[in-house]
Amino acid sequence: MVDRKSGAEAARQSVAAPTGPGGGAPARSGGAPGRRQAEDTAPARRSSGAPGRRRIGLIVNPLAGIGGRVGLKGSDGVETVARAFALGAVPMAGARAEDTLRALAGRVVAEAVADARRGHSSLIELATYPGEMGADVARVAGFEPVVLGSIEAGATTGADTRRAAEALLAWGAELIVFAGGDGTARDIFAAVGGSVAVIGIPAGVKIHSGVFAVNPRRAAELVAEFMAGRAGLEDREVMDIDEDLFRAGTVAARLFGYMRMPYARALVQGAKAGNPGGPSTLRDVAFGVLDEIDRDPGAYWILGPGTTVKAVAVELGIEKTLLGVDLLHRGRLVAADVNESQLLAFLARKPESVRARLVVTVIGGQGYLFGRGNQQLSPAVIRAVGKEGLVVAATLDKLHALGGPLLVDTGDAECDAYLSGHIKVITGEADRVIWRVTA
Amino acid sequence: MTHIDEPADEPIAAAGRYLEYQAIDTGYRAVRWHEKTLYEQSRPGSTNAILPPVEPGIAALVGDVVAALPVAARRARPPEMPELSEPEILRHYIRCSQMTYGYDSGNSMGLGTCTMKYSPRINEQLAASPKVKALHPLQPEDTIQGILEIMYGMRNWLCELGGMDEVTFQPRGGGHGAFTDACMIRAYHHARGDDHRDEIITCAVSHPCNPATASAAGFKVISLYPDEITGELGIDALKAAISDRTAGIMMTAPYDTGVFDSQIAEYARLVHEAGGVVSLDQANFNGVMTRMRAGDLGADMVHFNLHKTFSTPHGSYGPGAGAVAVKKAFRDFLPVPVVEFDGTKYRLNSDLPHTIGKIGTFMGMVPNVVKAYAWVLSMGADGLREASEWAVINNNYLIKKLLEVRGVEISWPNRRKLQEARFSLAKLHDETGVGTTDFNYRLADFGVQTYFESHVPRIVDEPVTPEPTESISKEDVDQFVAAFHHISAEAYSNAEIVKTAPHRSIVHREIHDYENLTQVPFTWRVWKRTHPDG
Repeated sequence: MVDRKSGAEAARQSVAAPTGPGGGAPARSGGAPGRRQAEDTAPARRSSGAPGRRRIGLIVNPLAGIGGRVGLKGSDGVETVARAFALGAVPMAGARAEDTLRALAGRVVAEAVADARRGHSSLIELATYPGEMGADVARVAGFEPVVLGSIEAGATTGADTRRAAEALLAWGAELIVFAGGDGTARDIFAAVGGSVAVIGIPAGVKIHSGVFAVNPRRAAELVAEFMAGRAGLEDREVMDIDEDLFRAGTVAARLFGYMRMPYARALVQGAKAGNPGGPSTLRDVAFGVLDEIDRDPGAYWILGPGTTVKAVAVELGIEKTLLGVDLLHRGRLVAADVNESQLLAFLARKPESVRARLVVTVIGGQGYLFGRGNQQLSPAVIRAVGKEGLVVAATLDKLHALGGPLLVDTGDAECDAYLSGHIKVITGEADRVIWRVTA
Repeated sequence: MTHIDEPADEPIAAAGRYLEYQAIDTGYRAVRWHEKTLYEQSRPGSTNAILPPVEPGIAALVGDVVAALPVAARRARPPEMPELSEPEILRHYIRCSQMTYGYDSGNSMGLGTCTMKYSPRINEQLAASPKVKALHPLQPEDTIQGILEIMYGMRNWLCELGGMDEVTFQPRGGGHGAFTDACMIRAYHHARGDDHRDEIITCAVSHPCNPATASAAGFKVISLYPDEITGELGIDALKAAISDRTAGIMMTAPYDTGVFDSQIAEYARLVHEAGGVVSLDQANFNGVMTRMRAGDLGADMVHFNLHKTFSTPHGSYGPGAGAVAVKKAFRDFLPVPVVEFDGTKYRLNSDLPHTIGKIGTFMGMVPNVVKAYAWVLSMGADGLREASEWAVINNNYLIKKLLEVRGVEISWPNRRKLQEARFSLAKLHDETGVGTTDFNYRLADFGVQTYFESHVPRIVDEPVTPEPTESISKEDVDQFVAAFHHISAEAYSNAEIVKTAPHRSIVHREIHDYENLTQVPFTWRVWKRTHPDG
């Protein structure tokens, strides 16, 4: 729960501290397209917030997911949105964000009651963009947000999302909560990169990125955990697929980078239980992989993409590409950012007596082992390495957060079947788990 | 602390639970004293005993007693002890006991995996007898034949119950017993030149001491997770874990979920085939006592908890007593000494060629062995079987009744459960925002022991793990369930009263700050250092 001291402090401040001059007035939920709507309620940057308050930013992509129910497999681009509206689509992202904010308000009330029984908005200072991009739902849920920027009501685009993210960062948001899909995540990533924590409320058609909570209520819990200082931060994948290819039946997910997302550590256990040591860290996992490398030093080691595998490279003292596949031999980087054919050429050239090993991790929140973001590691590469050459590494928290099996979708049913079953995953220097893999 | 009035009866009555509320309205209010520590109550000059002066003849004979101590062992000044009269001290401890909730003060069936069963008072008296209390562990064997006979007798019972050949009582608890197993597995492979075997297989529904002690003994740990449908590990998963580096498997049976894994014998065969050792944690033995023998399933070693299954008291972390039983092939690796009998005389044997040495002092927690032995003899073999059966019947009655409570679900619903079950309040949480920890704190308001939620990792959301044992009555179960009905109705009608509970206990919510343990004042000296202003 909220740190008791800071909670009480925040509650004491709540009477005196304004939450923004625009607070209280209901916003217009829409305007004529083409007219720039601005509420002009707050300065772009405030020198300091009320002590004890946490600055949370909110972005709603009002058009996220609009193509889903009408079968368009995505909502990216003005033309797609227009088609969706023509097919009778109704915006849903605002309602999803409202679910999160209402649940969050409930959590904050419960926590604040224990200290001071003050209004729920006392602990959060919420800033957002006007109207349908956040201000409307924030007010409906009982918050009094600081409203930044301006939009063209009814005609927002990715550029608005990017501007909103930049504005929230400038305002001093510690966390940006956004309702949208992969496209929205990409826009926010383009604007702020990994410089601020994010939590996605899943509202899009495509949810391949790892930065989304399972549902709006869980998103609220994550925000509360983050506020209470109980959530760790983890690099999560920002991914998107080519919608045109997807509509044609092909999934080609590309990894764009990483944003930092809070994840809930196990709640404090009862007296009998207890691993007060906390969650496993990337460094623990890296040491576990190093142990495997030490046991097979002569092998060609193919290092897949991701921060988990990069952590191994850091411990080895080599420069690894974050998003690419690199090749390691006897502690030296042989090739960086290789594609499938280059990999196959390497594997064909190597002496038969030398094994090839492949280190991969799992996409957070999704569970994909192959087929998303690492298409270089094709069925042919996987077969050349063999299941016995595979080294899978992930933190235990990442696995637990999946709540299900690891997934493979290589585009080759035979290869998927070959990979299915149970696999050993390195979760720490001396810890492994056996996890189920399905296609 | 915020005071919240009790809810009006209307919403509860509307929820059809008013009668249950009447049934559980025990009028419970925890006794609270603003009790200071004895150090804070100390009044210099007060005393509780005035000793007569030493007679001159004795003083002359003994001389200066302090001078006999090495200089380094002498204190520069007297120890800072509290000074109080005897009645003041007595009052202090009585008040502390009044602020304590325990098995003997109320319904304590909530603490799953603890097997909180009744500890018969007559066994306490036996263990407190001077014949036990006045013994010294260094007495010659000839003078302690009686206690050795008791140790040997208990050994025989455990060998029979576990299908094993030898026993040590040295471990002081279950985790200590598991550590003993891990050390013996390590010693076993070392003796065979198999030091490359550095992996122990375990599972997420075993007690955390299984992986923890394996790790403490230097092994890497491979954890398996239960199948979503069967709750069992499964042969395929185990095969994925087994390799030429496998040192053994350490697993709990039955699991903390109450599920008994039907494939243990096959797991044991596979691990043996790979050259590994099989250790079974029998802390949950109450569910299978006399009906399953670990040795018959292929286990090489087991640990029992005398302070759970065998009725000796526990809680507040002691005094526990683990007992590790092994097959013949592992006898030489046991801690020493072991008790032997040559037909006429009992003796202590410390001459085991591969012993892992001492895991505890002397013979172990002897008073607990006395209590456990008395309990076993009073029950007899038929009584032990009946106890286990009643524990399972009580648990299954509890399951049926708890699943009638709105928002309560059970993990692995298609599996029969033995001594306990892991329920889930995830549905209640999703629908009301009230989670298991809130629910648990509210339970404390009804004079009912809070329940054990779950070990880590938490693979069941919002978990609840009670364990009734054979000692409780149907009325106890009904009271526990009635409290659940009442709190569930509150969650759906007035969640705030649950989220801000407890309202009738001596303290509000515990704040565990595990990351700052160094700041917790475990001693008076640390308290003074960390609280210079008092």
